Amino acid sequence: MMGKLNWDAIPFAQPIPMAASLIVTLFVFGVLGLATWKGWWPYLWREWLTSVDHKRIGVMYILLGLLMLLRGFIDAIMMRTQQAVAAGGAQGYLPPEHYDQIFSAHGTIMIFFVAMPFVVGLMNFVVPLQLGVRDVAFPVLNAISLWLTASGALLINMSLVIGNFARTGWLGFPPLSELQFSPDVGVDYYLWSLQISGIGTLLAGINMVTTILKLRAPGMEYMRMPVFCWTALCSNMLIVAAFPVLTATFGMLLLDRYAGMHFFTNDGGGNAMLYFNLIWVWGHPEVYILILPAFGVFSEVIATFSGKPLFGYRSMVLATLAICVLSFTVWLHHFFTMGAGADVNAVFGILSMIIAVPTGVKVFNWLFTLYRGRVRYEVPVLWAIGFMVTFVIGGLTGVLLAVPPADFVLHNSVFLVAHFHNVIIGGVIFGAFAGYNYWFPKAFGFALDRRLGAVSFWCWLIGFYLAFMPLYYLGLLGMTRRIQHYSELSWQPYLIVAEAGALIILCGIAATIAQLVVSIRTRERRRDVSGDPWDGRTLEWSTTSPPPAYNYAVLPQVESLDAFWAMKQRGPRLPAEHYETIEVPRNSANGFVTALIAVITGFALIWRIEWLAIIGLVCAALTLITFGWIERHEDHVSGEQLASAERARLRPPGSA
Amino acid sequence: MRTWAKNRVGKLLRPDRSRSDSVALHQYCKLGVFRLENNGVHCLPPQGTEDHHRGRARCASLCAAACLLLSACHRAGVIDPQGPVASAERLILLNATAIMLVVVIPVIALTLIFAWWYRASNPRATYSPGWEYSGHIELVVWSIPAMVVILLAGVSWTSAHLLDPAREIKATIKTIHIEAVALDWKWLFIYPDLEVATVNELVVPAGAPLKFMLTSATVMNAFFVPQLGSQIYAMPGMTTHLNLLAQHPGDYPGFASHFSGDGFSDMRFIVHTVTAAEFPAWLGRARGEGRVLDAAAYSKLARPSSNTPPETYGSVDPNLFEHIVQTAAPGARAADRPAATRSGGAPDVED
Repeated sequence: MMGKLNWDAIPFAQPIPMAASLIVTLFVFGVLGLATWKGWWPYLWREWLTSVDHKRIGVMYILLGLLMLLRGFIDAIMMRTQQAVAAGGAQGYLPPEHYDQIFSAHGTIMIFFVAMPFVVGLMNFVVPLQLGVRDVAFPVLNAISLWLTASGALLINMSLVIGNFARTGWLGFPPLSELQFSPDVGVDYYLWSLQISGIGTLLAGINMVTTILKLRAPGMEYMRMPVFCWTALCSNMLIVAAFPVLTATFGMLLLDRYAGMHFFTNDGGGNAMLYFNLIWVWGHPEVYILILPAFGVFSEVIATFSGKPLFGYRSMVLATLAICVLSFTVWLHHFFTMGAGADVNAVFGILSMIIAVPTGVKVFNWLFTLYRGRVRYEVPVLWAIGFMVTFVIGGLTGVLLAVPPADFVLHNSVFLVAHFHNVIIGGVIFGAFAGYNYWFPKAFGFALDRRLGAVSFWCWLIGFYLAFMPLYYLGLLGMTRRIQHYSELSWQPYLIVAEAGALIILCGIAATIAQLVVSIRTRERRRDVSGDPWDGRTLEWSTTSPPPAYNYAVLPQVESLDAFWAMKQRGPRLPAEHYETIEVPRNSANGFVTALIAVITGFALIWRIEWLAIIGLVCAALTLITFGWIERHEDHVSGEQLASAERARLRPPGSA
Repeated sequence: MRTWAKNRVGKLLRPDRSRSDSVALHQYCKLGVFRLENNGVHCLPPQGTEDHHRGRARCASLCAAACLLLSACHRAGVIDPQGPVASAERLILLNATAIMLVVVIPVIALTLIFAWWYRASNPRATYSPGWEYSGHIELVVWSIPAMVVILLAGVSWTSAHLLDPAREIKATIKTIHIEAVALDWKWLFIYPDLEVATVNELVVPAGAPLKFMLTSATVMNAFFVPQLGSQIYAMPGMTTHLNLLAQHPGDYPGFASHFSGDGFSDMRFIVHTVTAAEFPAWLGRARGEGRVLDAAAYSKLARPSSNTPPETYGSVDPNLFEHIVQTAAPGARAADRPAATRSGGAPDVED
């Protein structure tokens, strides 16, 4: 009746997993209870849960990313603590079967449910505003994408309470992830949560590519698009091209596990090498899916706060496109040690290095954007400068790993771990926080606290170096990754330093939370009344903070790059003579309902509860039909409403 | 290029007298008990080893030096190569890093200098609010990374061929063939020509080329001895090739470097490198004292176990490796593998 599910799935006898379960359960029910007690549900339902406004969806993506950052970071601290104590004969406090779940969950959550939502959220919020349009191409689909991602995040966290998570690393390599070697539900939690969120990401990618290609303000030619839009376009094209590969790969592994097939098994003609190739055909572009929008954020931030246009715009666009294409040609560098032969290894090594050329060009262009600028040290700039210094170190170690014989001795070591944290933290996370501080006033109408923002930055920066420089060295000493304990006492001091670094990053995260709380409490004196708090250059700063649901009463006319800067040069803006009635998309519960069904179906499939899975699939079909019958998708905002709002905002100077 | 390569390897193969003392120190430090006390660092080889007494005497005489060479004592792994492959790989690491630092250091310095000098509060800094393009600078910023990459591409191409794991090493001493099998969670090493086998330890003569063939009887894994160089995957149903050489006698730690499940952390072994003269003696002892690795002993060995102590087999079927490759994974193993302690569903599994 209940498939594999029974009371043994709840870890009553194990104190650490049980405590984690209790914390998660209390947190979830605490939030739900608070919302009920305060009577927030109607508001939440109307304004957020059913919203199809790209700005609200972007904000919810980022909120999901921040929440999951806490979860992923608890895993990180637990791992660092384990490795700091489990030296010599000591086994530490986490047994292997628990430790293995933690590093698997850490990687999975940080990539799929922290970095991805953060980056997708920023793109969702910013791109339509920068393009000067009112929403994305498919607003309801956008909501569905968000809620599918959230479903995946919920499922993965359910594994804390019910059952266990995968013990196979963040990519679930077979044959270890096959039923023969991982018979429990851990890998199923991994696969189904990523399948569900992966479909959400693919839909988001299709949506964003369509938006950028088909919806732009009048006059917004390709070569007038802000660089962030270019990086978003390339990132989303990579999503559209790469995520189907991930879905297909996981699909095959699911067929192996559920239907007894032999794609990647040891016997029956299966071959695990196929999985390695497929997963990295997705996995390497995934790195660029994350880093390209971060590059875009830095381009916007550095240009804005230097008070100058971005140096070498065309070069930047070309470099972005080059990275986009090249990222599909390098996947084999993730397994030089498979024994492919010298020619194959050398070709993929050289192709990987070639990506360093456009990336290097980007760094130089940021450098020359600073040159002869007038740099204002707001929080986003701190992140940008920290990024430029940190990222080139990560680039150096990355090119090093692309030299096949160097990789032969560094592969799978903590040197590799240090390298990808160097580029993911120093690139993606720094970029995410730069963007978060930069666009927060646009989203909410008040700026974040500067001092706490700076504290957060310095904690992250110092913590990062303390946590990962020792790992580079330990990798050279021959420390491999994913070990639960080790015998070399000489490694321990370095791992204790690394743990101290992780704790400093924890302070940085605490400062981010404090920054948010303090800023909300003192929001009245942080109001951004102008809509343009940073003296911005791109269109999003030309509307109010926060922007109205329709973004722009009249679509802006774009005549050059840095469109808003050019408008400001032409003098004060005046309200238009006449306002047309416009359409805005109506709220839709489609996304939320789809997510609910996805969670139930996913849970049923994980625990092999057939009847529940069938109910879930039937409900999914019914949802599709029901929402397909809705005929009215838009509301109207009349010209009079727009005119009064705009006249109040753009009052000519001197008139009372 | 080939001649250059040959010279390079040949040079690395020649014993280097001047290094032997410091190498010995490193070895003792790596192998021995490593204690930090108030009066300094104490490096002692493990109790009961042959080197113990010799090591104690040498360590005492080198105690002062050891204090100075604290960092040297920490040395091990990739940065302390003990064979031609590892030495060449370390050289590539250093060369590639040096080539890149030529660009990276100025970039970091310029970032900090520009960010500081062009701060808004500096009245002396020039401000050019419209400056956004310079053809000359564009040319330079595309050329610099391109030239670095061309240089590194050359390094990659030659070194990937020179250090291809499958490329055999030539030496005057006879090649030792070793067949390595990754099991849950220990390493089985078969010497097919000598018809002996070991578990979790490898005994080899210094200066002899080591020709490995690797497979796995369970999940994927990787074989790595950092001080000897390249690692390579061991995969079920397949054979990979690796060629290494240990230049000096000594004990070098090796381990599994691709995560393979709960017992992964203890999947370690030592490469005991003995002199070419001592090796036949070890072989004799192994043949005389070791047990027989027959089908029954192998199936017992193949069961999952962790922290397995080293073992020597005096006799082994020379076709065992081929047999393991052919029948990659007996289906019965899933039941032996410990189920997740928190899983509710393990008993339902069908194979």
